[in-house]
Amino acid sequence: MSVKLTIIDQMEQIAREHGKILAPLKEDLVLADCGLDSLGFAVLVARLEDTLGIDPFTAAEDAFFPVTLGEFVKVYEHARH
Amino acid sequence: MPVTDAPALRDAIANASAACFFWDRAGCARFTDLNRGTSLGGRCAELAGRSVLVATASQLTTALALIELDGAARRLLILPPDAESDHLGAVVEAAGIDAVIVDSATPADRASDIPLRVNCSPPIVAATVDPLPRVKTEWILMTSGTTGVPKLVAHDLEGLTAAMRTPSPADGAEVWGTFYDIRRYGGLQIYLRAVCGGASLVLSSAGEAVGDHLARLAEHGVTHLSGTPSQWRRALMVPAIRNVAPRYVRLSGEIADQAILDSLRAAFPAAVIGHAYASTEAGVVFDVNDGLAGFPADYVGGVRDGVELKIADGSLRVRSRGAAFGYVGSGQSLADADGFVDTGDILERRGERYHFAGRTGGIINIGGLKVHPEEIEAVINRHPQVRMSLVRPKQNPVTGAVVVADVVLKSEGEGARKIELKDDILKFCRETLPRHKVPVAISFVPALRVAASGKLLRRQG
Repeated sequence: MSVKLTIIDQMEQIAREHGKILAPLKEDLVLADCGLDSLGFAVLVARLEDTLGIDPFTAAEDAFFPVTLGEFVKVYEHARH
Repeated sequence: MPVTDAPALRDAIANASAACFFWDRAGCARFTDLNRGTSLGGRCAELAGRSVLVATASQLTTALALIELDGAARRLLILPPDAESDHLGAVVEAAGIDAVIVDSATPADRASDIPLRVNCSPPIVAATVDPLPRVKTEWILMTSGTTGVPKLVAHDLEGLTAAMRTPSPADGAEVWGTFYDIRRYGGLQIYLRAVCGGASLVLSSAGEAVGDHLARLAEHGVTHLSGTPSQWRRALMVPAIRNVAPRYVRLSGEIADQAILDSLRAAFPAAVIGHAYASTEAGVVFDVNDGLAGFPADYVGGVRDGVELKIADGSLRVRSRGAAFGYVGSGQSLADADGFVDTGDILERRGERYHFAGRTGGIINIGGLKVHPEEIEAVINRHPQVRMSLVRPKQNPVTGAVVVADVVLKSEGEGARKIELKDDILKFCRETLPRHKVPVAISFVPALRVAASGKLLRRQG
């Protein structure tokens, strides 16, 4: 599964578990409006570390967090190379 | 040094049955032989009034030396088997140690700078025991689970035995056993119960497999068996557990959750199953024998059997004759101005009972929400396929931390169903716990490390 599909799959699963409704997952969707709260994102990052083997945010020296879904996916795609 | 007529451990064995033994893997000793004999080569008089480090390697020699030395030595500092040698110098100095008891397995370089070195060994050699001036001996225990130099906690025999209110018939018919080491508070309680109650005691030996220890407990017909919940969970995984049939099963040292109480009830249908709440500093605080986790809410507030409990800032405070009277070699005070010891254990009231929620220092912070790992473990442990679990923090860029769980299953043969089982345990957590307390990941592990103190090691690495 591609990085993007893995991320979307996990977001949908977490939304189900947390009883949240996701906004349509488009590239320019602002993450803060996607439907997951900060705990949801915490779980997402932890799960992605399990499935993709990386946590690009904890590894990074500067505390940068992407604004849109597209940027979020790119951070993971970058970190895998 | 004040001479006293307070009872000493020696008095407890004066009338005990000749059928009272200490057993370990290597051998045994009939401790009533100390009434007319010695395990210290008759050198007790040399140790009178001294501050003695008990650095014996085996529990059997420790057990004998303590009987001979209580009431004679000024101070007994009991060295636990896992004490770090780096700290020994500081400990010896703080306690003003001027003699050391060793046995044949004590390393020659251990405390080698202490001039008076006395060997303790079974067999007990027949000898005339000359009465020595009786002193009130200070018993010094080292605390576990802390980093840096261990704290030295001072008790006396009266305090250590304060919770033993029902003397058993001194007929040698009771056989106590413990998974603890008697050089720690929990094990020392069991040792004192055996010696003061005229019972025998089966000791564990260093490096002995749980199955072998259980086989010896069965061989000697153990009637009273004690350990931490972690030690019991491990013992329940060993087939040899079926060969023991204790009348009394005791847990202490960690939170006894309902799952372990129920598992022990199933394993020992006829036994009294009690969980005791005790700590090196606060002493034995209470025993609960109704088979339910937690304890009745009315224990807090009043005075029961000389023990007074109150809650301040969420944690349990204890004032009791069984509490230690201070730290040795440290300016730190053990109790507050009113004599209450802060146990650091956080209580949570549910209905008519209080439950232990965790430790003040063990809180995991998830985006500002506080979580006690023990609370989550108690839920996971209730799953029918789970033997034990450890919940720990995992660093997270969003909330600072999230929780993950390491889980030991009851049977190895669950391999094919592991993914299903993981989902099932998580589902169980989601139904019971608020979202932030649900582990983000579960790993199945073959075993969890348990410290020498019998408690689950919270830092497994």
